Amino acid sequence: MTRNQSSDGRNALRVAGAVGLVTLAGAGYLAVQMASRRHRPAKRRPDMPTLAGGRGAHVERTVTILGSPADLYRIWRDLERLPELMSHLDSVAVRDPVRSRWTARGPAGIRVSWEAEIVADEPDRLIAWRSVGQSQVENAGSVTFTRAPGNRGTEVKVICTYAPPAGQVGSAIATFFRGNPDQEIREDLRRFKQLYEAGEVATSSAVPPRSGALAGSR
Amino acid sequence: MRAVCWYGARDVRVARVPDPQILNRKDAIVKVTSTAICGSDLHLFNGVIPTMKPGDVLGHEFMGEVVEAGSGEGAVKRGDRVVVPFAIACGACWYCREGLTSLCDNSNPNAHMAEALYGFSASGLFGYSHLYGGYPGGQAEYVRVPFGDTGPVRVPASLSDAQVLFLSDILPTGYMAAENCRIRAGDVVAVWGSGPVGLLAMKSAYLLGAERVIAIDRWPVRLRLAESGAKAETLNYGETPDVVEELKQRTGGRGPDACIDAAGMEAHGTTVDALYDRAKQVVRLATDRSHALREAIQACRKGGTVSIPGVYGGFLDKFPMGAAFAKGLTLRMGQTHVHRYLRPLLEHIESGRLDASFVVSHRWPLSRAAEAYRMFNDKREDCTKVVLDPTA
Repeated sequence: MTRNQSSDGRNALRVAGAVGLVTLAGAGYLAVQMASRRHRPAKRRPDMPTLAGGRGAHVERTVTILGSPADLYRIWRDLERLPELMSHLDSVAVRDPVRSRWTARGPAGIRVSWEAEIVADEPDRLIAWRSVGQSQVENAGSVTFTRAPGNRGTEVKVICTYAPPAGQVGSAIATFFRGNPDQEIREDLRRFKQLYEAGEVATSSAVPPRSGALAGSR
Repeated sequence: MRAVCWYGARDVRVARVPDPQILNRKDAIVKVTSTAICGSDLHLFNGVIPTMKPGDVLGHEFMGEVVEAGSGEGAVKRGDRVVVPFAIACGACWYCREGLTSLCDNSNPNAHMAEALYGFSASGLFGYSHLYGGYPGGQAEYVRVPFGDTGPVRVPASLSDAQVLFLSDILPTGYMAAENCRIRAGDVVAVWGSGPVGLLAMKSAYLLGAERVIAIDRWPVRLRLAESGAKAETLNYGETPDVVEELKQRTGGRGPDACIDAAGMEAHGTTVDALYDRAKQVVRLATDRSHALREAIQACRKGGTVSIPGVYGGFLDKFPMGAAFAKGLTLRMGQTHVHRYLRPLLEHIESGRLDASFVVSHRWPLSRAAEAYRMFNDKREDCTKVVLDPTA
């Protein structure tokens, strides 16, 4: 990447951007409530953690961003900044290097939360997570950073698996998950890219984009 | 404020709408001093571009004074007199860095719509449907300009609005159309359509070294302008039944080295295929009429280049792929990467080498916009280009 990647005012933005994605991962995936929490370590494909019993819907999206894998990884890894970007993500509380508590807000103000654990963390290359313990949604996913050819930046790939809230039809949580996670991930990746590259999220609406406040703080 | 709004096919009106506001840090608000109606606005007027909504503010050729600027560094400042490119570009993505600003990755808020239709999204455009971002346009008293650090170019007070306004679109568009022809010494360039873009493509072709330029149209006033303003030879297709054969005869049997389709998706024509196109478009069996493009492909010499600044939006019928293949043609097209031409063309204007103001036929107050659209669309009153004044 040709731009200065050093930690300057842009970082806030970038972080915010990064956040978006992660969030998605968190938010879109929503999924499921509980289910069993026996995790199987994803030994063969660290970028593809799975849910217990191999359940869940699978979403995969990639975008190329004009930045270095190291820079993009660093932004992404700062989980607590993610909610600055995503309006449907209330908070991420990092408990320790591995565990974090996520709270998201859905339609009609419904809140759901889940506990996430980082199951793989390869600096500048990959972060993978899975929901654990006291979680209202069950999800697992990863984000990988791969250098694109010819100075085109970094290919950022998000993989997410989430299980629907079995037995929760009609419940608040089922409502929460009624969105389109694939579309959400796509739009959050786009937002992340825009914030990182352009410093703001394009809008033509009189209503500022969700990230407006963040962009303004850069 | 007052703005030219779209309400449906052949229905545009000057309406009161809320003043634009700064929404992002790099935004600027420009008080418009001159704004023009583009030939491509007629596609909107005629309702052949999808995803327009009633009340949308039109206009992508405009200039004026910055009256408010966001907090972003490097942006224009209050009081700057600027011309604004019709394509909105972030200046930071890979495409912008490559100079392909009309393909910007980051400026279309409705990218998902364009992706659904075209596979990928190009840049956002001012006042040109929701598919291209839903940005309110500049045929208004004020306009919000995103990425004020990237798009607007400051223009010196020594140049009049009429001299620099067309940097916003048709001058760089005509220039890029000629540049896409990869003109070499001795080249003959034929241009379908003597509207403003065609006329400026003709001038640019000479500037880039063309030996001869042939203008193809049927409107006498436009052919006269091609002759007087752009020094082109003319070919009236209304009087010449076989344009391809005529061009062959005029070029020693070789055909033009490069052909420019400056007509686009609503090309007129008098041949059977043109009538067929018209019928299909009317009943929505096809979206684009391409008589001019077919003829350009048919007429072009072997190994030549067909350059397409004219706008296409959907699907073409009876596209002569066989002729293009058999002759090994190169087709080059797309929205203009306005940003990269601004400074070089401003220099051409300042030096007097390029003057685009001759295309203007009418200067009217913004309040007469509805009448102006009808006149321009119907090519009445020798209308070639209307400049609207929102301050009048």
